[in-house]
Amino acid sequence: MLRVPCPWCGPRDEIEFRYGGPATIAYPSDPDAADDAAWAAFLFVRANPKGPIDERWYHVAGCRRWFDARRDTLTNEFLG
Amino acid sequence: MVIVGGGGHGLAAAYYLARDHGITDVAVVERGWLAGGNVARNTAVIRSNYLWDESAAIYEQALKMWETLSEELDYDLLFSQRGVMGLCHSVGDVREAQRRINANRLNGVDAEWLTVDDIARICPIVDLSPDVRYPVLGATFQPRGGIAKHDHMAWGYARAADALGVDLIEGAEVSAIEQRGGRVTGVVTSRGRIAAGKVAIVAAGHASIVAEMAGIRLPLQSHPLQALVSELLEPIHPTVVMSNAVHVYVSQAHKGELVMGAGIDPPNGYSQRGSVQIIEDQMAAAIELFPIFARAHVLRTWGGIVDVSPDASPIVGLSPVGGLYLDCGWGTGGFKATPASGWVLAHTVANDAPHELNRPFALERFSSGALIDEHGAAGVAH
Repeated sequence: MLRVPCPWCGPRDEIEFRYGGPATIAYPSDPDAADDAAWAAFLFVRANPKGPIDERWYHVAGCRRWFDARRDTLTNEFLG
Repeated sequence: MVIVGGGGHGLAAAYYLARDHGITDVAVVERGWLAGGNVARNTAVIRSNYLWDESAAIYEQALKMWETLSEELDYDLLFSQRGVMGLCHSVGDVREAQRRINANRLNGVDAEWLTVDDIARICPIVDLSPDVRYPVLGATFQPRGGIAKHDHMAWGYARAADALGVDLIEGAEVSAIEQRGGRVTGVVTSRGRIAAGKVAIVAAGHASIVAEMAGIRLPLQSHPLQALVSELLEPIHPTVVMSNAVHVYVSQAHKGELVMGAGIDPPNGYSQRGSVQIIEDQMAAAIELFPIFARAHVLRTWGGIVDVSPDASPIVGLSPVGGLYLDCGWGTGGFKATPASGWVLAHTVANDAPHELNRPFALERFSSGALIDEHGAAGVAH
């Protein structure tokens, strides 16, 4: 089980958290100008690296706050 | 041409390229060993009872191919049509299931509604008590569904493709896909460069990494999917049982192990291992449904890396790069589809155009909006 570093509660067991997927998804800066491909990229395409990833976590059974963390998807090590 | 990925789908595609299209200058490159990825790590369940027309068509094609595949490959795949049952535990489940049964029948897929008495007759070990937390109200049943020996299928395809002249190259990890003028010209592997006018990416959990080498960002997320087996037991479980609400699927392998699986580990990952609470949850679910399993012991757990698409349907077809083809995104349910996946990919590569069965599964559906949402049709994460 992962030990997830909540910035407010410290490292806690993964079962206290909900995973929010890759972070830093920017809403299209000019939505009216975005074509279908741009919307598809925004809605469906996410980072899927084998290595460090920035991701969202929600401490649902703790402080109930969202935060970003950086983790290596191959080693599962949290990188601060 | 080069097929990136020596798993079930890649080996099947190589075989059908040679058999149906006379294309034998094919190299299947595999970074590990043949059939050592997800085709060695699944739970070997086969069925075709998907909700939408597009899915029913391709999975039913696969099931029909399974029915003659042992003879075709001259290899006993231990394909056993012992039926696949999907339990319903709420009024919502029942409505969803009956809708799916009707949709299946309209598509020529065998599907039956089972009452609680029917379930007791087919699989007496399911706890059908009315006073449990999630009482069973009925079930879907596909009698032609079942299980097979996953390794035998992959080895059978490998042997048959090899006999037709296909080159199978192990220990060759692709590090680059070369292009000129918008067309592929070859791949660079850890065992050298291979010139190729056509390349197919059939790399399952690593599909998005390989596609990025060609500048293509795929709408895929890779996750560990875990499964487990018990020690060998006497034959006790005669069919395949799935439950969405209690969330586990269970069959008994020919050798005697109870084989169980459930959902993915939520965090993205490539480590081929998951967290223990996922295993605990699926064992708790299995014991809830089958109290007789309470004293069985876990023999082994493992994980594979599955490539999940936004609509839980695969991506099979052309890519934005000329001569580069995609067969990926099968997520948690690719094993059953292997014969049809390889067959339509071979057609797509040979004709540079999709087969009717995989045309709806093009990458373009994510910008056209014609998604094929199969999140619900599987009963469980499939």
